[in-house]
Amino acid sequence: MAIPCAILGCFLVLRKMVMVGDAISHAVLPGIVLAYMVTKEFDSMYMLIGAALIGMFTTFLIEFFHRAGGLQQDAAIGVTFTWMFAIGVILVSVFTSGTDLDQDCVLYGEILNIPFNRWITESGMDLGPISVWFLGILNIIVIMGVFVAYKELFITTFDPAFSLAIGISGVIWHYILMGSVSFVTVASFESVGAILVIAFLVAPAASAYLLTYQLKKMIFYAVGFGVLSVGIGYYFSYLFNCSTSGAIVTVNGIIFGVVLLTSKQGLFKRNQAEVISTP
Amino acid sequence: MTVFGAISDFFNLADPLIRNVVLGTVLLAISSAMVGCFTFLRKRALVGDAVSHAVLPGICLAFMFQGTKDPFVLMIGAFVTGWLSLWLIDVITSKTKLHEDTVIGLILSVFFGIGTLLLSFIQQMDSLPDKTGLNHFLFGSAVAISNQDLYAFGGIAVLLIISVLILYKGFLVLSFDEAYTRTIGFPVKLLKLTLTTLTVLAVVVGIQAVGVVLMAAMLITPAATTRFWTPRLPLMILFSAILGALSGFFGAYGSYITNSPTGPWMVMVLSMAAVLSFLFAPKKGIISNLIRQRKYRAQIVEENILKAIYQLGEQHSKFYEEYTVDHLLDRRPMQPLKLTSGLSRLKKQGYLTNQSGQWTFSEQGKLRGQRLVKLHRLWELYLTTYLRIAPDHVHDDADTIEHIITPELEQRLEKLLEYPETDPHESVIPYKSNPNN
Repeated sequence: MAIPCAILGCFLVLRKMVMVGDAISHAVLPGIVLAYMVTKEFDSMYMLIGAALIGMFTTFLIEFFHRAGGLQQDAAIGVTFTWMFAIGVILVSVFTSGTDLDQDCVLYGEILNIPFNRWITESGMDLGPISVWFLGILNIIVIMGVFVAYKELFITTFDPAFSLAIGISGVIWHYILMGSVSFVTVASFESVGAILVIAFLVAPAASAYLLTYQLKKMIFYAVGFGVLSVGIGYYFSYLFNCSTSGAIVTVNGIIFGVVLLTSKQGLFKRNQAEVISTP
Repeated sequence: MTVFGAISDFFNLADPLIRNVVLGTVLLAISSAMVGCFTFLRKRALVGDAVSHAVLPGICLAFMFQGTKDPFVLMIGAFVTGWLSLWLIDVITSKTKLHEDTVIGLILSVFFGIGTLLLSFIQQMDSLPDKTGLNHFLFGSAVAISNQDLYAFGGIAVLLIISVLILYKGFLVLSFDEAYTRTIGFPVKLLKLTLTTLTVLAVVVGIQAVGVVLMAAMLITPAATTRFWTPRLPLMILFSAILGALSGFFGAYGSYITNSPTGPWMVMVLSMAAVLSFLFAPKKGIISNLIRQRKYRAQIVEENILKAIYQLGEQHSKFYEEYTVDHLLDRRPMQPLKLTSGLSRLKKQGYLTNQSGQWTFSEQGKLRGQRLVKLHRLWELYLTTYLRIAPDHVHDDADTIEHIITPELEQRLEKLLEYPETDPHESVIPYKSNPNN
């Protein structure tokens, strides 16, 4: 799970759209709840669709308020996602009381729940936890997607004007990226909860960004940091029997802190970094 | 209890519990709305979001060390980490190449992660009594406000409101022009520090009622909403405060009726107000913008028609000829549908008359067409003489600007160009006084 987050996170950091990702991760809540209310079952597929739709809708709303309404972007983000989240919480607390879908699981998530939800085929074959399969597939999709569309993502991220000139629409890629962010968010929803997803998205990418100027390297570093923090964090939580996601995020934070203090582009070697960055 | 019973119970405010809740939420909402106006104007709306997440580890730590739920102790812990997060955001943003929104997202989630980690430790500690209440900080439950809490929160809220009023002038200049603030000798650093402190305080206090996630809305949404109604800061603060108070009241009501957390209801009230304002506010709203654009487009179509008829008249030196739609389309290609609707509007306004498909100028219509042609040619001349643009490049530009030149500008153009007779294409510039036209 850390892998797709880390990859997508790179693009978010570079596009200065981290907070949009944050907004989406909060805003998918009503999507999930609505999907649950309509289908009355905990099927990840429906929830995923519901959440992805609402995620796109949120992105659209933010753009709409920003462009058509002339509202500054940070305010547009803040207003939109809190609104969606409020709707979600109200739906949860009013209409679904008495089900397992409660507020706490929305916010925290628990990775340790994963093994209990096993996928057993009709013939009784045990294929292992559903979420693992699910995340595995998602992983492959994101990696493939970024691999295939690397060029397009690269261009639209760094030079929107040029990409438009050679016929690659920034808007479409914007929505594709945002759509996949909402997918990943929902997929990780069960395991880490809405808020900490952001740490999974941002922290590895931000650390990697401080270490290199090349997008490819940045993605590799980010994935490395992501996996590393999951490993250490999981071990830590196993050792002390505490919140897994909290531990992972804390490790992520520590990694970022170390990078921040030691990197050539970090806090203390600012001058050197400037020399390097001036062409 | 029936719904009506509940409603009357609620509005009586007789029950001390309800009174506490309403009073508490209203005070919290007012203070955060007022402080929010400044963070909004300084384009730091999302900072509030970061702070509200960052207070969680502080609350946990305070609880772990002190073992009480005394609001003052918890608030001190919350205040410390909230403040720390803001400081970190500032330092990292200014000292590295990371963009501000990345840093905010990072700090927010990492602090929150640490918070959840601590919370899970707390759940395991048997030595600590009564740890249930901590969850209220996450989702906000004004029902949990006790008398003691109310005094604490109320005190801070009043303090916030008073300090905003006292420091109003300093914050005003700081929000709009930081460099200027420094020039006129205001202590910029101190002001920023105070504003930061106030923001953190507002968040710390408000979190009890609305919860971590939705706290951001209490800061941003009122300010963003009122910004659509007034450009003046004092009014903006006043309206925001009123809006906050209303949301606090109805939020408490909604949560009372449905027995759910207060925060989401308050935010729903605020968001509805915000969305309605974005759409329908006069002047700045999206709908009124669209209407204005439509009107303007219609005006351009009309004026283009008048110009075309005038130019056709020029060719024969007869201005009251009759023309069919096809004639006009020949002279100036445009969408037929737009042309016909424009023609009928012009007829209604009295600029044109229509007899069995033949369109003719009225006196008024001819004058307006003439003025437009004059403006077009004056502008072309202005561009060639003063900006040295080649004569074959000036037409499009003039075609756009002729619709928005005011009579004052028209006079100045005429004077500047000394009432010229022809434009760069040797076409005669038609003046009203000239009898030949």
